[in-house]
Amino acid sequence: METKNKIRVLVAKPGLDGHDKGAKIVALALRDAGMEVIYSGLHQTLDQIISTAVQESVDVIGLSIMSGAHLPICKKLTAMMKEHGLTDVSLVVGGVIPQQDIQTLEQMGVAAVFPGGTAFDTIVTEINQLFA
Amino acid sequence: MGVARYIKDDKGAIQEVVYQSGITVKPVYGPQDLETAGFSYEQDLGKPGEYPFTRSLHPQGYRSRAWTTRQYTGFGTPEQTNERFKLMIAKGQNGLNVAFDLPTQMGYDSDHPLAEGEVGRVGMAVDSLKDFLTAFEGIPLDRIGSGLTINAVASIMMAMYQALGETRGFDKTRISCTPQNDILKEMIGRGAWIFPVAHGVRLVGDTIEYAVKELPRSNPVSICGYHIRESGATPAQEIAYAFEIARAYIDTVAQRGIDPSDFVGRFSFNFNVYGNLWEQVAKFRAARKIWAQMLKEDYGVTEKKKLFLRGLFGGGGSGLTKEEPENNIMRGAFYALGAALSGAQTTALCSFDEAYTIPTPRSALLSLKTLELLMDEVGLRDTVDPLAGSYFIETLTLEMADKIKEEMAWVREMGGIVSGISEGVIQKKVSQQAYEFEKGLQSGEYKKVGKTPGKEDEGAEVELHRYNEEWARTSKDSLAEVKRTRHEKAVTDTLRALEKAAKCKDNVMPPLVDCCKAFATVGEMADVFRQTFGEWQEPIFY
Repeated sequence: METKNKIRVLVAKPGLDGHDKGAKIVALALRDAGMEVIYSGLHQTLDQIISTAVQESVDVIGLSIMSGAHLPICKKLTAMMKEHGLTDVSLVVGGVIPQQDIQTLEQMGVAAVFPGGTAFDTIVTEINQLFA
Repeated sequence: MGVARYIKDDKGAIQEVVYQSGITVKPVYGPQDLETAGFSYEQDLGKPGEYPFTRSLHPQGYRSRAWTTRQYTGFGTPEQTNERFKLMIAKGQNGLNVAFDLPTQMGYDSDHPLAEGEVGRVGMAVDSLKDFLTAFEGIPLDRIGSGLTINAVASIMMAMYQALGETRGFDKTRISCTPQNDILKEMIGRGAWIFPVAHGVRLVGDTIEYAVKELPRSNPVSICGYHIRESGATPAQEIAYAFEIARAYIDTVAQRGIDPSDFVGRFSFNFNVYGNLWEQVAKFRAARKIWAQMLKEDYGVTEKKKLFLRGLFGGGGSGLTKEEPENNIMRGAFYALGAALSGAQTTALCSFDEAYTIPTPRSALLSLKTLELLMDEVGLRDTVDPLAGSYFIETLTLEMADKIKEEMAWVREMGGIVSGISEGVIQKKVSQQAYEFEKGLQSGEYKKVGKTPGKEDEGAEVELHRYNEEWARTSKDSLAEVKRTRHEKAVTDTLRALEKAAKCKDNVMPPLVDCCKAFATVGEMADVFRQTFGEWQEPIFY
């Protein structure tokens, strides 16, 4: 990615879970790392997330999921992203994600998975690498 | 090290210690510290069981009664939750603390599209009275009280609990439930809110007013500093914001012409034990005093028992790590020790596997046994407030009280907690602090044993609770059965009465009880509120 274009990231909280500390602090870390961050707020439907991603022309959708529902949510969202032609948008996921689910998520097309406690530097580096 | 800031010299000796609440701790304390702080035994402490209750609510503390244990329990279907309730009771637990799944917390039935993937996941799915009848089957409702971890639709669940009791033949005056019912804290952290702030607060007012008149053994609200702390607040802010939230609820009920003395005795609290041990002990001792003083001075409450800061001090979720998860068993034990040294009246512990998911029966029992061990084996029941008189603890308790009061004053100066939350000022402050703290953890400034700064969490092999997709189908089938067999007219009539009460600002509780008894669903009742009140648009701050 050229330095003149900042990476635009939509940090989104899908579904009913309201634990937003992780989403907010990662949003702050990405902003401090020079990215443009849009935070969706809570209780977003997948339709709302797709529509914000389109409107804001984001490069990355970052989901924060703490409830354990990451597999069904990501399966649905990756399919919806294809339907809406968001093929050049990367999906990354963070939250309470057990180690054994990471591979399944990656097979679905999730570009990177950041289980709770992942260092901000790692998140920033991996997102930057998606556009290297 | 730890959650405090430790500044060391080049030989590794600690030069300075600063607690999260902003208090600098000295290496040595002596009588002169108490003198400098103007410490007075009578004014600052008083005898245990006497105003301002710094030392204890009861004259003999745990000698007269050990703490009540209430592990947070619930998952899957009501049948499974019932089984787990009975296991915990058989193993010595003396109160219930019910976990609901997210659709229930957000007022959606199990068959709602937004419930997909979430039914029974983080708690039990409740659609109608049928589910409560199953979940509480065989539980003696006159002897076992139930905490209900529900907020936006707490009014519905409190009505459901009354309908459950009455259907089972327990008079409403004999049952005891404590819905969490703290919607303002949901707006700061945890996020299970639905309706706009004013309507949310009105529903809390309705439940308090109703409980005062109709449910003499129930505690209509449990104000949760806990989740505010988990979201990034300091221990002093945790107490301060909770007390200012309590003030908002007191004021809303008082505006209805009810004397605070008639209901403040029913308030309970839920506070966190995560953090530095001494800061926690000082926090709880200071909090008992400030709460009693606030009720006496600001609201003219005089009766002793109504000045008690009652509640659950426990949990500790933020302290858990995914690395070396067995360490969380020891962490839990030390958090519980802090709760016991603080005179916690009720307690519960996060289980060691909760860094991953909700607990297995084995890990939940380990938590319960940790609590039992403290009371029955280690000696925490021997004497009341054992740390009293320590130069350090008494100085720290005075300093914590000052910090808590400073935060409370800040909230009031900006126009009160309701406005602070509506505008997002509190949320922004708390998130910023969470961010700073996380940076400190990652840089190694703060320490958690087993975690390497700058390195991701590495999962360990532990036996985990697994979610079963089948639970959703069972819940949906059960809901369909309820809808097939209930009397539709009774449902329509009671829902209509609910809508009228919601619109006319009559108390919603009596029609809610009727709705529950007619087997109206949680989703149907919540939809009446959604249509009448609308939904909250949160201020987006991070």
